[in-house]
Amino acid sequence: MSVELTFTIDGVSLTAQKGDTVLNAAKAAGIYIPHLCFSEGLESYGACRLCIVEIDDVRGMPTSCSTQVKEGMVVHNDVASVNRVRRMVCEMLIADHPLVCLSCSANMNCRLQDVAAFLGIKGSRLRRMVRKPIVDDSNPFYTRDLSKCILCGLCTRSCHELRGVGAIEIAGRGFESRIAAPGDGPVRDSTCTSCGECVDRCPVNALWAKHETLPPTATVRTTCGYCGCGCGIELGTRGGKIVRVRGDRSAPSNRGSLCVKGRFGLDFVSAPDRLTTPLIKRNGVFKEATWEEALDLVADKLTSIRDQHGADALAGLSSAKCTNEENYVFQKFFRAGLGTNNVDHCARLCHASTVAGLARAFGSGAMTNPQIEFEHADCIFVTGSNTTEAHPITAISIIKAVVEHGATLIVADPRRIDLTRYATLHIRQRSGTDVALFNAMIHVIITEGLGDDAFIQGRTEGFEALKACVADCTPEWAEPITGIPADKIREAARLYAAADRGSIAYSMGITQHTTGTDNVLALANLAMVTGNVGRASTGVNPLRGQNNVQGACDLGALPNKYPGYQDVEAPDIRKRFEAAWKTPLSPTNGLTVTEIVSAAGSGAIRGLYVMGENPMLSDPNLNHVEQALKDVEFLCVQDIFMTETAELADVVLPAASFAEKDGTFTNTDRRVQRVRTAVPKPGEARDDWAILCDIATRTGYPMAYASPSEILDEIASVSPIYGGLSFDRIASEGLQWPCPDRDHPGTTFLHEGEFKRGKGKFHATPFKVAAEEPDTDYPFLLTTGRYLYHWHTRTMTSRTKGLEEICPPTPIEIHPDDAALAGIEHGDIIEVSSRRGTIEANAHVTDRSPRGTVFMAFHFHEGAANRLTIDAVDPIAKIPEFKVCAVRISTAATTKKTDNA
Amino acid sequence: MGRIVTLTASQTPGLDAVLARHPCEESQLIPLLQDIQDHVGYISAESMRAAATHLNIPESSVYGVVTFYSQFYLTRQGRHKVKVCQGTACHVRGAVEIIRAVTARLGIKPGETTRDFEFSVERVACFGSCALAPVMVVNEKVYGNVTPEMAIRILDELT
Ligand code: SF4
Ligand code: SF4
Ligand code: SF4
Ligand code: FES
Ligand code: FES
Repeated sequence: MSVELTFTIDGVSLTAQKGDTVLNAAKAAGIYIPHLCFSEGLESYGACRLCIVEIDDVRGMPTSCSTQVKEGMVVHNDVASVNRVRRMVCEMLIADHPLVCLSCSANMNCRLQDVAAFLGIKGSRLRRMVRKPIVDDSNPFYTRDLSKCILCGLCTRSCHELRGVGAIEIAGRGFESRIAAPGDGPVRDSTCTSCGECVDRCPVNALWAKHETLPPTATVRTTCGYCGCGCGIELGTRGGKIVRVRGDRSAPSNRGSLCVKGRFGLDFVSAPDRLTTPLIKRNGVFKEATWEEALDLVADKLTSIRDQHGADALAGLSSAKCTNEENYVFQKFFRAGLGTNNVDHCARLCHASTVAGLARAFGSGAMTNPQIEFEHADCIFVTGSNTTEAHPITAISIIKAVVEHGATLIVADPRRIDLTRYATLHIRQRSGTDVALFNAMIHVIITEGLGDDAFIQGRTEGFEALKACVADCTPEWAEPITGIPADKIREAARLYAAADRGSIAYSMGITQHTTGTDNVLALANLAMVTGNVGRASTGVNPLRGQNNVQGACDLGALPNKYPGYQDVEAPDIRKRFEAAWKTPLSPTNGLTVTEIVSAAGSGAIRGLYVMGENPMLSDPNLNHVEQALKDVEFLCVQDIFMTETAELADVVLPAASFAEKDGTFTNTDRRVQRVRTAVPKPGEARDDWAILCDIATRTGYPMAYASPSEILDEIASVSPIYGGLSFDRIASEGLQWPCPDRDHPGTTFLHEGEFKRGKGKFHATPFKVAAEEPDTDYPFLLTTGRYLYHWHTRTMTSRTKGLEEICPPTPIEIHPDDAALAGIEHGDIIEVSSRRGTIEANAHVTDRSPRGTVFMAFHFHEGAANRLTIDAVDPIAKIPEFKVCAVRISTAATTKKTDNA
Repeated sequence: MGRIVTLTASQTPGLDAVLARHPCEESQLIPLLQDIQDHVGYISAESMRAAATHLNIPESSVYGVVTFYSQFYLTRQGRHKVKVCQGTACHVRGAVEIIRAVTARLGIKPGETTRDFEFSVERVACFGSCALAPVMVVNEKVYGNVTPEMAIRILDELT
């Protein structure tokens, strides 16, 4: 309930909402009140004292950034008395500020200039103190010059309050005060994550982004192409290049914040090694070709394989990096054009178990509630998600909930991830024993009567089966399995059950197991037992990885689903799609990614089309994948770089990056957001959808669209959850599906009042052990994951030098005790082997890893973790077990190194 | 979050015992730092890291506090702490001469510590004993009406 207040500033009548400050209300009305230490989203600080005003019946000159509007308030802003004081303050500020404006990169974009100009400052009457530059150039992305710092504290406050990092602080006092990393050391050696929030907020040029050498001449609002957080970004461009990146403060997903990849990691767009022309492999070497030649060849090969061996000898890997429109066109081309349902994409490798599990339990496989709702949860249970690294913007909401609203945070993760700094309770289950933990928590909740009986009665079914399944799952039973003390399991259960709004966040630590679907079902059980679904700030929330992995699933880049999760094997649905696409369709489900790779190896799949994916690094048991891709008769890869997979292709087609195309991405919130062209495509590169349409037409199924907008309109006509979407509706802000019609406002959270499938269904999920456990030959458990600084297989991030500098290949994290036993020291190159392969990696000795477990990220082709991982899959979702396999480590390589030295 | 932090066992004797005396709450920061200083003599980089981890706060916050209060030392101090007043009253009555004599005798500048960690010298603003100016404080003992000769004698008696 907002109360409208009326007040005046310098005689102008304005309105404000209750709780608005005078400064904010003035800003909203376009009235300038000088200010330096205030920035949106941060608490008022009251340090610069430039925002002072006079208010009738209020003594002195209060600061407008911390004064709330009251009904009938009479405010004086631009008046002589106030400006006289402001002028004194401003003169003090510039007395020791280097006056080098003309050569300063913040020239004409400096809040201090704004203030000085507004006040008509002619110079400082104070004695000038000349400060030499005090420069910290250590961070690869930004520079700090303390001689220009006005100590507004915006950088330290954004770092502590907004980002929860706290890398820098104001050190010293009085004249000695300065912004400092611990020990006044270089910021590079601090905990700084290079998110650039401080750079963005600095009102002067004391912090600046190194790559911003020229101001942009145009700005485009679009969506980050890296991760599922789906941050709104503004790309400033000039001469066809991106010259500035800013977070979009109006975007609901990120409210202006970005992570290091989105802000500083876009060099790949203009990288010199972008693919710019079609390539055809002749006698083992790639030769440049015209589009005509390449398209003809691809169409010929695909049709001849289809004609000789049937459509099911073809398969396509669509892409969670591409737009919704492109994914739609891709699966339509395969289903309607070529006649097979063999379409899948990398979601198989990340959240297939989510889609399978949540669809069974709730009827919909997506995140139930949006990221920002974590902020208002009472208890957040984070498991199998290294949120600060994999979903940096989601992590902001979780940290805010804890710091600002006192929420309880439970982290269940084998690794001491950074989020544990904010955790009320950190429990470290052995990788692969999640179901045992969740079952024991449910056991405690049921036996102690902490559940929500009304919810169980009214909104769910199958409770008796669950009850029977967990009857013997006491915390004492789970203790030896999970390695978590029984009383901690009880504590976790009680904390979560006590919450009015309990929210679960999980990611690949849950899904990438042979028991992935069970893990997800067990979490759904946990949420339903406590009635934590279908309300704001509750739910079961799978954080989706890729920028558009949600969209690729939504649009049917899945072997068993048409767009909008409509079953391929349901005859009435197939009939509808046959009518819409004007062709008969295959009635049987296609193959999944993992099955496609095996089938390629065995010769059942002869033609493979890969759009924007790199299975050569991302899939488990790489040695096996490599052989399969080599064996396949015809491989076409459509990408922006010559990836490890493209190297093996017969034809490579150059595509457009996210900054070069129009369309939509659907982020982890189910929010469909606009992607807009900011810069031209390099060379002859083309939009993925346009390439696909041309090939489809050549294979005898004509496809043509004037623009992605037209494709989205077609999507709306065949997929009810996208029914109300169109480019014009999401022009200024994205909409969350389901959005069935043009007047529907979108859906903030799912399952309100009723589950998508009617009643929520409990599933009995007995505990099962992982496919491969450590043994005497391979005594360590290897678990894999990601780092903040890289994306996926590094195709994009490796083109940004700074990211490579901060996070070079290839670390393996190992506990100090294990390292000591094995005689390994920090920085040693060690050999890591599993039953499937051997690689070398760089030992990072850290207690982030529990004893007996080593951790590796899958980003690096030098030392590829997936040469070690196992391709055992979940029986339902077919997701591989990336999170558990057995390895041994040896110092052999180290010794070799020293011997040679 | 930034880089992978390497775990090293505490090198400072007694530090772990000091930490164990304080509950893991942010409000303990200043008492904890005082306790560390009392036992270790100064606040080393390692102590700051340990305090930050113990209280679960960013290291930068610890550094901010340590550098804000002049009572905290960032480097190892001498066994004897010599403080010479620089306040107005003492200045007028010859504090400069005292500082000069003390630093010449010990061969260090104000703010420094002798190599053998026997003496540290500091300049301090008014002790509030202006009637006794010039004032010098050695190991918490206040000496009034100090002359350069007297200052040197006080130091010599300690060696
Ligand atoms: S870049 Fe981000 S993490 Fe680093 S100091 Fe600035 S706000 Fe903190
Ligand atoms: S560096 Fe910039 S943001 Fe930080 S205190 Fe100085 S002026 Fe303010
Ligand atoms: S990578 Fe993810 S968190 Fe980072 S800016 Fe892009 S969308 Fe946001
Ligand atoms: S903006 Fe209000 S005091 Fe600085
Ligand atoms: S001025 Fe030295 S004690 Fe006051």
